[in-house]
Amino acid sequence: MTTSPNESARRVITLLVANENGVLARVASLFCRRGFNIDSLTVSATNDPAISRITVTLNGDEQALSQLILQTDRLEVTRQVFELDPDKCLQRELLLLKVACTSRNRAELREISSIYKAKIIDLSPDSMVFELTGKPDKIDAFLTMFDGYNILELCRTGVTAMERGGKHPHLQKPKQEVRAVQLPRQDKR
Amino acid sequence: MKLTGSQIFVEVLVEQGVDTLFGYPGGAILNLYDELYKNSDRIRHVLTAHEQGASHAADGYARATGRTGVVLATSGPGATNLVTGIATAYMDSVPMVAFTGNVATSMLGKDSFQEAYIEGITMPITKHNYTVRRVEDLADTMRAAFRIAQSGRKGPVLVDIPKDITAATCEFTPKAPELIRTVTCYDEDDVLRAAELINAAERPLIYFGGGVCSAAGCQPLRDLLEKADIPATYTLMAAGVLSYGEPRNLGMLGMHGCYAANKAIDEADLVIAVGTRFSDRVALKPETFARRAKIIQIDIDPSELGKNVAVDLSLTGDASYILQAVLPHIRPTEHTAWRTQIAAWQKNDYKPTDSDTELKPHQIIREICRQAGPDAVYVTDVGQHQMWAAQYLQHTKSRGFLTSGGLGTMGFGYGAAIGAQMALGPDARVVMLTGDGSFHMNLNEGCTAVSYGLPIITVIFNNQVLGMVRQWQTTFYGKRYSDTDPQRRTDFVKLAEGFGAKGYRAATPAEFKAAFADAMQQRGPSWIDCRIGKDEKVLPMIPGGGDVNDIIMK
Repeated sequence: MTTSPNESARRVITLLVANENGVLARVASLFCRRGFNIDSLTVSATNDPAISRITVTLNGDEQALSQLILQTDRLEVTRQVFELDPDKCLQRELLLLKVACTSRNRAELREISSIYKAKIIDLSPDSMVFELTGKPDKIDAFLTMFDGYNILELCRTGVTAMERGGKHPHLQKPKQEVRAVQLPRQDKR
Repeated sequence: MKLTGSQIFVEVLVEQGVDTLFGYPGGAILNLYDELYKNSDRIRHVLTAHEQGASHAADGYARATGRTGVVLATSGPGATNLVTGIATAYMDSVPMVAFTGNVATSMLGKDSFQEAYIEGITMPITKHNYTVRRVEDLADTMRAAFRIAQSGRKGPVLVDIPKDITAATCEFTPKAPELIRTVTCYDEDDVLRAAELINAAERPLIYFGGGVCSAAGCQPLRDLLEKADIPATYTLMAAGVLSYGEPRNLGMLGMHGCYAANKAIDEADLVIAVGTRFSDRVALKPETFARRAKIIQIDIDPSELGKNVAVDLSLTGDASYILQAVLPHIRPTEHTAWRTQIAAWQKNDYKPTDSDTELKPHQIIREICRQAGPDAVYVTDVGQHQMWAAQYLQHTKSRGFLTSGGLGTMGFGYGAAIGAQMALGPDARVVMLTGDGSFHMNLNEGCTAVSYGLPIITVIFNNQVLGMVRQWQTTFYGKRYSDTDPQRRTDFVKLAEGFGAKGYRAATPAEFKAAFADAMQQRGPSWIDCRIGKDEKVLPMIPGGGDVNDIIMK
């Protein structure tokens, strides 16, 4: 399997965070104030009800990536944060696309969708809605086929990803040792 | 035991060892204040003039003792007035817990009277923050706040408590406070590599910052520079870790640091950076900072490692534990040639000239040190006087110099001085150095110092202008003094008297000496208005983005 240069430049980071009120705001606020330029962000609950999984993709150098990981790790809500290995990484994205059509061009649109294995999930007299799941570059390629058509609405979910094989050897937070407080006496008034 | 939220609030504070909190009452926290009234024998509440002053006081309390500072404010404007104080503590990694009241949970999000979404407002300036939505969560949330404030890299935490939570009841189970957590794991191989680098270095230099004061102890650092004969320079946040006059103490580094310290970092072949973040006031030009040196960085916060300047070896953990581990591998040695070279640079360093007739900043500070002695705690505001204080005070202890470094908060000083005096007791000597610009921002806290009988001596370096900005305008903006010459006619002596404090005016060294001696005898606060020239400059100075070759010495 070959990866296009575009895809290899894209880094994918997974965050496991507490499934609590306002967690997304904390993560987004951090990205914003540290000036991290992210391409996509997806969030969902996981099989563990206490944990949400956030997938972030960005195009950036090693320094930007390591700062994003380290800064995110500082958040109290972060359980684990790690980069996915690009060679083992499975990336998928969902596209919904609504295109204007008439009885005349319906057949050619259906041809495009069948070659890309997109599903037609709605057909109305003047429009069609396609559903396509795949790697981001497959979705990009599919969309280039619609240059000459009238796109009415488009939405993409952003990348969600995981690695092949067994459970990811997650980054461990450094061990924290508990020590007695060495502070001045409290009753000093 | 069934308790109300307010009773739980007080019980947890006592359980966490809080003896003092700073704050200002209001509608949304009436229940909490009612409970504080009933428990005034267990917890002392200090009422300030303004919530900002309370937040700086909690910060000063924490900086002076190492314990967690606690501040309490009502909803809406009370909470937003804390923001500058919380941000100040965040930038300097000061352990603090801020409690704010809020409107009842049913009224949240409806633009109710005195409602502000303080959780969202303070998200980027706290380590973490909470809104308590169930009374059952209150105790554990407060405990978590105290734990987070003191764990790892310290910092402020905010807990927002809606009014109905303070009235609701639930079962309360007392718990012993958790011990402080610190990162003590480190890579043994990295420790050995660090020791090898130190043993091999010919021109080693230690550069340390506030992390050393926050670490479990400063002694391993002092031991290291003694054993390996390494000179050391420090940032603003670490003044006092090495005593004034110690032979290996090169003084402060950075924009207004000594020439010798800046030159040494430029020429060193090994820099050991401990608990410091290569800020833009120290590594003014990151590309050439310590350009001949290999850099070892030790920090408790992994996100600081290599953030601003690329380093050759980084160790994560409490500086005290890591240096303790490095020490046995260090070969005792002497770096005579290197020390001689540095001594030669020190001879060429900037030296201010004395005057008998005019008040000179360095002379004022020398006199303060002579009279207040080595045990005094010095607090500053922000500006020229702050840099003079950093340069000329004869620092002797690691919690003896309280200043707003990262955020550079003008108006920080008086609140912080109140917090320090409250923490250390009335017999401690707290001297606050300020400028007329900074002092005008928060001098309202004069009334607090009077109410509580705090013998804080405030020395106002009054040059009648906003000196630091003016200095930049002189040097870089063609002397176009845009809004730095406010033509104020404030009479600080009368103002002090108006608050019920003692006021002095000094224009000559002799007058200052007498005024300070008299102030030392007062039982309450006193202000000394010192008239200095408006063209006094902070020197040396390296312009932003420059290096030691760009240093301005006159």
